[in-house]
Amino acid sequence: MNEDRRSFIKKAGIGLLAGIGSAAGLFPVLSLEKTVLPAWDEKPVPGKRRWGMLIDTRKCSGNCRECVAACHFTHNVPDFGNRKDEVKWIWKSSYENVFPTASNQFQSPEVTGRPYVALCNHCAEPPCTKACPTEATFRRWDGIVSMDYHRCIGCRFCMAACPYGSRSFNWRDPREGIRLASTEYPTRMQGVVEKCNFCSERLVQGKEPACVEACPEAALVFGDLNDPASEIRKLLESNETMQRKPELGTKPSVFYII
Amino acid sequence: MIEKALKGSRNYWLWIGFLLLVIAAGFSAFSRQMWEGLTVTGMGRDVSWGLYIAQFTFLVGVAASAVMVVIPYYLHNQKAFAKTVIVGEFMAVSATLMCMLFILADMGRPDRVLNVLLYPSPHAMVFWDMLVLNGYLLINLVSAWTVLGAERKGVPTPAWVKPIIYLSIPWAFSIHTVTAFLYAGLPGRHLWLTAVLAPRFLASAFAAGTSLLILVTLILKKTTGFDAGNEARQKLAVLAAYAGVANFFMIGTEFFTAFYSNVPSHIHGLQYLFFGLEGKSSLVPWMWLSMLLGLGSLAVLFNQKLRHTKNWLVAACVGMVASIWIDKGVGLILGGFVPNPLDEITEYGVTLTELGVTLGIWAVGILVLTLLLKVAVTVKREQAS
Repeated sequence: MNEDRRSFIKKAGIGLLAGIGSAAGLFPVLSLEKTVLPAWDEKPVPGKRRWGMLIDTRKCSGNCRECVAACHFTHNVPDFGNRKDEVKWIWKSSYENVFPTASNQFQSPEVTGRPYVALCNHCAEPPCTKACPTEATFRRWDGIVSMDYHRCIGCRFCMAACPYGSRSFNWRDPREGIRLASTEYPTRMQGVVEKCNFCSERLVQGKEPACVEACPEAALVFGDLNDPASEIRKLLESNETMQRKPELGTKPSVFYII
Repeated sequence: MIEKALKGSRNYWLWIGFLLLVIAAGFSAFSRQMWEGLTVTGMGRDVSWGLYIAQFTFLVGVAASAVMVVIPYYLHNQKAFAKTVIVGEFMAVSATLMCMLFILADMGRPDRVLNVLLYPSPHAMVFWDMLVLNGYLLINLVSAWTVLGAERKGVPTPAWVKPIIYLSIPWAFSIHTVTAFLYAGLPGRHLWLTAVLAPRFLASAFAAGTSLLILVTLILKKTTGFDAGNEARQKLAVLAAYAGVANFFMIGTEFFTAFYSNVPSHIHGLQYLFFGLEGKSSLVPWMWLSMLLGLGSLAVLFNQKLRHTKNWLVAACVGMVASIWIDKGVGLILGGFVPNPLDEITEYGVTLTELGVTLGIWAVGILVLTLLLKVAVTVKREQAS
């Protein structure tokens, strides 16, 4: 008798969970985690959208690291404290490092002394996706160059192909290098490549990228480069901007106001 | 036929035992790498390929150089190469095998290697490299084994194997061309971004691979008494010499284009390798040693009298192999990463674990070559008696 009751409770419980699960799928109001529907209500059309970023380096202050900290915390980017094993999605560097082919003769010291934020350019013509032998890195319909960590074989061809040094490899178990774990993005495993994903996991929730949100100077503007009415497009038209190594024909989606 | 590899002298078994020991050590180093990650190697975020990929590049050349005996023997009917062909083909088999092992050793997730087949990506050069390397291994193994088998039975070589042998000729060129394309198509790596890379790879391959082949035939002669013949060796030495000239000529043209054009990004790689960049110069002595050894070996190989003296021939061949091993197996790969895309300089230093894995893979290749050549030599000797 007891056995029967136990198995009845088990089955009823499973049935109830399944019921809630399917109900959440059918009625979005019932889901435990909110999904913003506008992100899904249109069918992805390749090339329709192209996410991009504009960095107003005049506003970027030298002393803060909010964008880096927010990104690296959100995405569980490990920190081992050494350059060899380093994993980074976004970082600050000098003018001559971020723009090694740009002219720096007689440039004002104020300009060359400023910090410059570097991250994946989400190129329209990405050399990294071309070099990948398994399609583990690929360009999405919305222009984001994305990674499938479960397919990556760790050959590091994308790292050799990227002319911006935007990709990092997990030389060791990344979980050992995470001090404060975030629940917003899964950790990676040893032996795969990773990089900035333009916060695609936040975009589906209708949020801006973590770095954009975190910047106290509002120096980072994020938007759709294919939409002529977007703020980013208006700023691109009204300002003189620069891309990193445009001569390589990669068509970066990250722009800089110097 | 393989049973012929199971009967040998005391020295033969000592040699096999030694190789197995090195393989075991390499395997233990590899398991450490699997456990702790590629952090145990000298590679890092800036220099993300190192000794493994460099060895792979060098060995593709060794594999391709088998064509230097296949062409004269099968295409031009040069009978002097009759006994060398099998050595060249088996060397190609073992070199190709090592190439694949080095690629596996370099992977972060070797357990996922089949993804390359599951998601074939024709836009990726790795996909093509995998195809041509596997094909080349198969072609050489099948053709050499079949020809040898026919010889053992004293029957004529089956007709179907001829087209496969002919196919191996363009195929040999393809493996090294595709390998060059792995590097030569990447924007922003200026040392590699040169159309002359594929021809240079072929030239250096034919110089070093042919020299190595001469050395292997000499070792065979000493250890087994099987002599591929002096005539073949001399002809190979001349081939190696001209290939070497082509290689150094092309290195020269690289220097001209970089330094005369004065484009900084084109200069930096060569400058780092040969003169040092911003005080970082760990590879400079190596590169000059490579130059010196290569040019010295050429001088010997072009000297009729010295070339015919066995000791000088050995010295020149060792010099040529060492020169190109340094140039291609160390300099070329590391130089592509210095400076990095942000113009920063990070130097690479090999670790013991990495060295252990590398030696282990070389031992696997040498073991396979030993076994294959043991079979070949035994068959040839039985036929002669």
